[in-house]
Amino acid sequence: MEKLNKDKLLLEVKDLHVSFDTYAGEVKAVRGVNFHVNRGETLAIVGESGCGKSVTAQTIMQLIPMPPGKIKKGSIIFDGNDLAKYSDKKMESVRGKEISMVFQDPMTSLNPTMKVGKQIMEGLIKHQKMSKEEAKKRAVEMLKLVGLPTPEKRAEQYPHEFSGGMRQRAMIAIALACNPKLLIADEPTTALDVTIQAQIIELMKDLQIKLDTAIILITHDLGVVAKISDRIAVMYAGVIVESGTSNEIFYKPKHPYTWGLLKSVPRLDLERKERLLPIYGTPPDLFSPPAGCPFAARCDYAMKICKEKYPQKFGITDTHHVHCWLQHEMAPEVKHPLAEGGTN
Amino acid sequence: MAEDKNTLLVARDLKKYFDIGRGQVVKAVDGISFSIKEGETLGLVGESGCGKSTVGRTIVGLYDATDGEVIFDGMNVGELDKKEKKHFTRKAQMIFQDPYASLNPRMTITDIIGEGIDIHELYEGKERQKRIYDLLEVVGLSREHASRFPHEFSGGQRQRIGIARALAIEPRFIVCDEPISALDVSIQAQVVNLLEDLQDDLGLTYLFIAHDLSMVKHISDRIAVMYLGAMVELADSHDLYEQPLHPYTQALLSAVPIPDPDIEKSRQRIILEGDVPSPINPPPGCKFQGRCKYVQPICREVAPEFKEKGKNHFVACHVVK
Repeated sequence: MEKLNKDKLLLEVKDLHVSFDTYAGEVKAVRGVNFHVNRGETLAIVGESGCGKSVTAQTIMQLIPMPPGKIKKGSIIFDGNDLAKYSDKKMESVRGKEISMVFQDPMTSLNPTMKVGKQIMEGLIKHQKMSKEEAKKRAVEMLKLVGLPTPEKRAEQYPHEFSGGMRQRAMIAIALACNPKLLIADEPTTALDVTIQAQIIELMKDLQIKLDTAIILITHDLGVVAKISDRIAVMYAGVIVESGTSNEIFYKPKHPYTWGLLKSVPRLDLERKERLLPIYGTPPDLFSPPAGCPFAARCDYAMKICKEKYPQKFGITDTHHVHCWLQHEMAPEVKHPLAEGGTN
Repeated sequence: MAEDKNTLLVARDLKKYFDIGRGQVVKAVDGISFSIKEGETLGLVGESGCGKSTVGRTIVGLYDATDGEVIFDGMNVGELDKKEKKHFTRKAQMIFQDPYASLNPRMTITDIIGEGIDIHELYEGKERQKRIYDLLEVVGLSREHASRFPHEFSGGQRQRIGIARALAIEPRFIVCDEPISALDVSIQAQVVNLLEDLQDDLGLTYLFIAHDLSMVKHISDRIAVMYLGAMVELADSHDLYEQPLHPYTQALLSAVPIPDPDIEKSRQRIILEGDVPSPINPPPGCKFQGRCKYVQPICREVAPEFKEKGKNHFVACHVVK
């Protein structure tokens, strides 16, 4: 295990299990997730839909409806306190103040009946005990900070008068108004066009430096990740299969699923007309996740043990960890396919 | 534009306006021209609201064009009678973006795929069933799936069903309207490979509409870029990426993130200010004027012509020499 620097450590999630009770049975959405975030850094959680990345994020914020959801096990240590044990009431002092969230869909996550300025003021009045006038001033400042022209006018408008990109900026303004220590951005650019996506990513990077906020970026887009993240955790079927620094994951990936993710997207900058290498099959059913490695059924390198036993954590470096039996000393040596293609 | 013998489809000055009441008109597609050769893939890219899907829908006849014409295999699609129209729809098919919304939830897969076969009276009885089984296998599903309903399938599988439905009546031309954008990355590659294989095996021609520029570059022979109802650039896929001429294309390409941290760190990005303006009563002149950093007085008055500036490289811009 990597030595965690206690001064830098902001959030540590330990062995988190989250399940949902449904009519069809228990869905084990998150099945033992461990990660940490240091102050001021960006951790990207990458994975496909249904891998549990959003559930993990929402659990940190306690936004999971319980029931049907429940934290079966694990702890969420934020600044020394275990959020998993917080009551709903107590969480209110954390949400928006210590940890904020930006959601995927800016169209549905703003209140359509409330002026945008007022939506920013809400948190300020509640958490910072500001007067209405102060809060209003600060709201305008925030709108200016996120790059909206004529912020005074914008503060008096309703969300429907904003475009998609502007709404996402407004969301970011709301999220950052109280200077949270951690911003959780759940697919913040997925609903946006690429030119707007570029604007929002630049903005988030910029604000992170200005405000020294840590970011958990949840996404499936490896391109966005390359731009902004310091460290990456790759999630699959409710578990983190590989984690490491951005360079380690992009240039020395060890897990076949990570290889698959990197290899199945065409790259704009490479002149290659060869076939894409898809990951065949589909992710496992989380009603009854497989006993062994969840990726075994789709993995080209699966061995007998992969189907029987979940792989332990193998440390490649201090920062790079992977759950894959290929790292075991008895496993055959497998070169990762990206190295041969000479793409890097 | 040059039209040789191999040209399968030509759009000439195609326009599609939507009347939204109160005298306001959305000019979704405002005079675009292009041609597609038999067996090629033309990629059509642009941001949401630029009119790319409207182009696709107008071409296959889901919308009636406001003005301009679509020539398919020598026939003017706008002037077909009922019988000819039926023949045309057999030759030009469409695959839709949302695999959840584009399959009737109350129909079995057999009925979904068989509907076109019945309408065009291609096969009956046992032959029809065999054809459906064959199609399922062609798209990578199996015959056991035939009696199931759409809700029993994943997104990727549904998209395969959509493809099988389009193929059922042996089309020559398929409009693929964002066929992969609702799918996960690992599934996207499966569907793109399938589309490529089908093109090789059946000699299909595609109009591939998407906003994912990396994927469009991968699959297309030529690429057309649209902005606010107008076509701003059209070139061979390689040329467009190597030498984008239009300021919008340049910005669009530079905005696409590349999954490589070192490249990303050193890359200079052209960040466009503002958003795409509304297509309701757009300003005269170039549609991109409001966001273009090279804007000249002429751009605000006269719409630039779509001209050939390099070999097979067309651009609509006053500034590009």
